[in-house]
Amino acid sequence: MDYLPETPSQTAGPYVHIGLIPRQAGFEIFVNNLGERMVTDATRGERIRIEGRIFDGAGSLVRDALVEVWQADAHGRHNHPADVQEGAAHDPAFHGWGRAGTDFATGIWAFDTIKPGAVEGRSGRGRMAPHVSLWIVARGINLGLSTRMYFGDEAAANEADPVLNLIDPARRGTIIAARGGRDGAVVYSFDIRLQGEGETVFLDI
Amino acid sequence: MRPDAEFFPRDPADHPPAYSPVYKSSVLRSPRFPLLSLQNSLSEVTGPVFGATDIGPLDHDLILNYVQSGEPIGERVIIHGRLLDGEGRGLGGMLIELWQANAGGRYRHALDTYLAPIDPNFGGCGRTITDAEGNYSFRTIKPGPYPFRNRVNDWRPAHIHFSLFGSGFAQRLITQMYFEGDPLIAHDAIIATMPDPALRDRLTAKLDLKASVPLDTLAYRFDMVLRGRRQTRFENKLQGS
Repeated sequence: MDYLPETPSQTAGPYVHIGLIPRQAGFEIFVNNLGERMVTDATRGERIRIEGRIFDGAGSLVRDALVEVWQADAHGRHNHPADVQEGAAHDPAFHGWGRAGTDFATGIWAFDTIKPGAVEGRSGRGRMAPHVSLWIVARGINLGLSTRMYFGDEAAANEADPVLNLIDPARRGTIIAARGGRDGAVVYSFDIRLQGEGETVFLDI
Repeated sequence: MRPDAEFFPRDPADHPPAYSPVYKSSVLRSPRFPLLSLQNSLSEVTGPVFGATDIGPLDHDLILNYVQSGEPIGERVIIHGRLLDGEGRGLGGMLIELWQANAGGRYRHALDTYLAPIDPNFGGCGRTITDAEGNYSFRTIKPGPYPFRNRVNDWRPAHIHFSLFGSGFAQRLITQMYFEGDPLIAHDAIIATMPDPALRDRLTAKLDLKASVPLDTLAYRFDMVLRGRRQTRFENKLQGS
């Protein structure tokens, strides 16, 4: 049987900001800037910042990338009809998705969000450790790169996580972020290495 | 997770390889390790859901959505088509975003220094939500070609960048649309990342005279396909959201 092939991907190019985060390109056009703000006062859960930089195969900062995150709420529920987990309903004050550009000068990207809860695994038996899904596009990236960020302070859950356990222990640490703090706020640092030494584990999902 | 919520696996032959030296920027930005193949879990089969209230009434009309003192300069075009899954079913209620250069090939972007001028009345971005059958339509100005730093005399053909959401994060896709008959298509280094002509053809919009508005605006047709789910219950639930 014939299926229609997926539309080929092409690089987002250096000007991706115009379409997806026009404020960073330098102008105001839309009333609602999608993905700019993930959390309101009503959102439940621990406030955290996730931030990092992106490096290329020569160790140079990638300053023109766009990162999107998708995650469950504080109780591990997704704001989506395919989430049929039993238990509490999803947090109506949390959409779960955000997007941000790497800063043109510092190369830093950041999301102010909440720490997600554990999510039921594919098999329905075990739970996946708390994590956020990330998707990275930029000039020079022909097909968006998918990965996950796990939380360094969830050692026991990480040890039992079905996805982390698929990864060579020597590379597992590339997708586990250390918990730190700055001015009283919780900050997880997550640098992404596109190529070479310490290369981030990217996923074919 | 219901097993039939998962997506059909992606076929790497449908996409340009990460490492494509003809496009120099890919050389240092392509992973060397193979991707880790992962069966879908809830994290991949779910994704952000958008609705008509998320966007504004003129967001899909690039001729009008950044008007300051008049309409932008250039060829007026309609870009329209359908968003489908692999089994040809329309994907309704999905967010499509696009961005492009102006008629002179210049982007409204802090880092674009090409000598062609900014058009004061053209922002260069838009977005829409597909209707229940997966149809979408934008009105815009045909973008101009422009040079870019790859080989010394490399020029991009006229193109529009598209960003697509399905109903799951695993479907997320960014691509570029080209215009039928553009002589620069044969010379472009980014199109050359797809050696298979079938892939190039899938990204080339076709002139659609019947959808044109006589004495007003030409039309091009561009259908796009995202990976499908094993079943479509979730898309149906999302329609009209």
